[in-house]
Amino acid sequence: MALLEYEALSIALPGMARPVLDGIDLTVSAGEVVALVGESGSGKSVTARAALGLFPAGARLEGQVRVDGTDLVGAEATGLRTVRTAKASMIFQDPRAGINPVRRIGDFLTESLRVSHGWAKDRANARAVELLTAVGLPDPARHLNQYPHELSGGMLQRVMIAGALTAEPRLLLCDEPTTALDVSTQAEIMAILGRLQRERDLGLLLITHDIELAAAACDRIYVMYAGRIVETAPTAELFAAPRHPYTAGLLGSSPPLSAPDGPPARLTPIPGAPMGLLDSASGCSFTARCRFARPGVCDQSPPPLEQHGTALVACYRADDLTDAPATLAPTATVPNSTNREDS
Amino acid sequence: MTSDARTLLQVSGLRKTYRTGKAEFVAVDDLSFSVRAGGALGIVGESGSGKTTTARMLIGLERPDAGRILVQGEPLAATVRGKAARLARAKAVQIVFQDPYLSLDARISIGATIDGVLRLHGLTDRADRAARTKELLAQVGLGEREATALPRKLSGGQRQRAAIARALAVEPAVLVLDEAVSALDVSVQAQVLNLLSDIRRDTGIGLVFVSHDLAVVRYVCDEALVLYRGRTMEHRPVADLLTHPGHPYTQLLLASVPRPGWDPDSISRRRRELDPLPAAGAPGGRG
Repeated sequence: MALLEYEALSIALPGMARPVLDGIDLTVSAGEVVALVGESGSGKSVTARAALGLFPAGARLEGQVRVDGTDLVGAEATGLRTVRTAKASMIFQDPRAGINPVRRIGDFLTESLRVSHGWAKDRANARAVELLTAVGLPDPARHLNQYPHELSGGMLQRVMIAGALTAEPRLLLCDEPTTALDVSTQAEIMAILGRLQRERDLGLLLITHDIELAAAACDRIYVMYAGRIVETAPTAELFAAPRHPYTAGLLGSSPPLSAPDGPPARLTPIPGAPMGLLDSASGCSFTARCRFARPGVCDQSPPPLEQHGTALVACYRADDLTDAPATLAPTATVPNSTNREDS
Repeated sequence: MTSDARTLLQVSGLRKTYRTGKAEFVAVDDLSFSVRAGGALGIVGESGSGKTTTARMLIGLERPDAGRILVQGEPLAATVRGKAARLARAKAVQIVFQDPYLSLDARISIGATIDGVLRLHGLTDRADRAARTKELLAQVGLGEREATALPRKLSGGQRQRAAIARALAVEPAVLVLDEAVSALDVSVQAQVLNLLSDIRRDTGIGLVFVSHDLAVVRYVCDEALVLYRGRTMEHRPVADLLTHPGHPYTQLLLASVPRPGWDPDSISRRRRELDPLPAAGAPGGRG
């Protein structure tokens, strides 16, 4: 049994033209590092929060999301509490938003141990020092008495990681954990997360907009667009031969850091803008931005996720595209005037 | 240093310090560079490196403690009084910030914003302004529908294009872009990057591109300057800098960019070795 399992999870909000999530299937096993990649509004954060039973208010839910066998859709308070206090933890983008600025670091780290687990103060403090050491902070005993504003963003994110580990969870959900940090700090945080994941055999789900970071850190990648998984594959395969036009488009949009001599080739952006919640599509949601879309095929009904080699791809044209990879290469002209409002 | 006719921007010996109580913090120290017509300089660094302070000094939002800024051979005035001086300052340097929401007036349509800039800069004929507004918006890939829209009705990428069109309406000598593509989704960011390379090719404007993202700098700029705690570590042609980084800090920045086969453990080791070097009372950046 996988540690984290989404089975056809759909979340719909009243007044929106399309579901926020539409039939999400995703698994993370113990010891596995998995990325969920998508742009703003794709539903990746909603997906991550669902694993803690945090659903948008007023949402209509279908399907299941199970953590260590407990289904969180319609879970009772005790079930939710067990998952949140003992099985899964989340790390967010902005460490300052998740910590009380007028309480000390030590209070933050020991609160759940003392309240939920009934530990005595000394024991909880000793554990907090242990955790701060594990995330590589230089002077753990002193940090316990410091306030959040005394630490830099990178140091505070390490405190948040320590906080996420207090309950010894088996599943770590990381929602853009390094997006607010400098690149070299990002490397440090990813190094710490990688080490802890290996040492403790954690299942780790990394939510990110950065497909390069996902490729650098994860075994397997899910790509999400407008509330659906459009492609999933082992990292190497996804990078070498993206099969969904959106995945290929994301890779073509990132300026390469190293390239042959001479001026860099022109980027091939995906035309238009990501789809908002007030836009809907009768077929594949990517049709409006897709250079390979075929009228009468792609705009009829949403394509199912189907096996293509080691990948699962939701695209009616996946076979045509992978048989002729040249068609995915940048072409000279890209339609420029297909901008749509995304709100 | 002499400035030939094609040098648009010349900065020499720029220094800026901030004081909190008795402590003095040097944000920018002895910074010199120049940008020629049609040239693009990338200023690269992490938080606390002084890159945003530099951008703010270039547009006159901060006053340097030492050094000078010449635009087309004329010093950037320390104080601006009166309409003529303000307009001249605006013609010298324009800026596009990271968040276009904060720089566009929420109550005024994109077209009217640009129309207002043109009127302020002396284009009196209504029909001429309308034609020029249309032309500027077309240059950044926006059409009639976007012209009549309020900023909140546009997507992030469209708003950033509108901010660029507004800056170009002034026909400045130099355009400063302070993390102008950092907040955009990658697919949309690519659209704006292509637009910037078109603008460089078509207008001969000088670009100062402030960014933490080396890959983006490589795409937009021909020269790059690496700042670390206010000091210039390296200033070279960008292709050269990225293939043969000379300074250990540049090497660290390059190694930090995620890619397959990335080794974050060795990066954090190298970062700790580097860190104590020029630490002179810098307050907590994001390190």
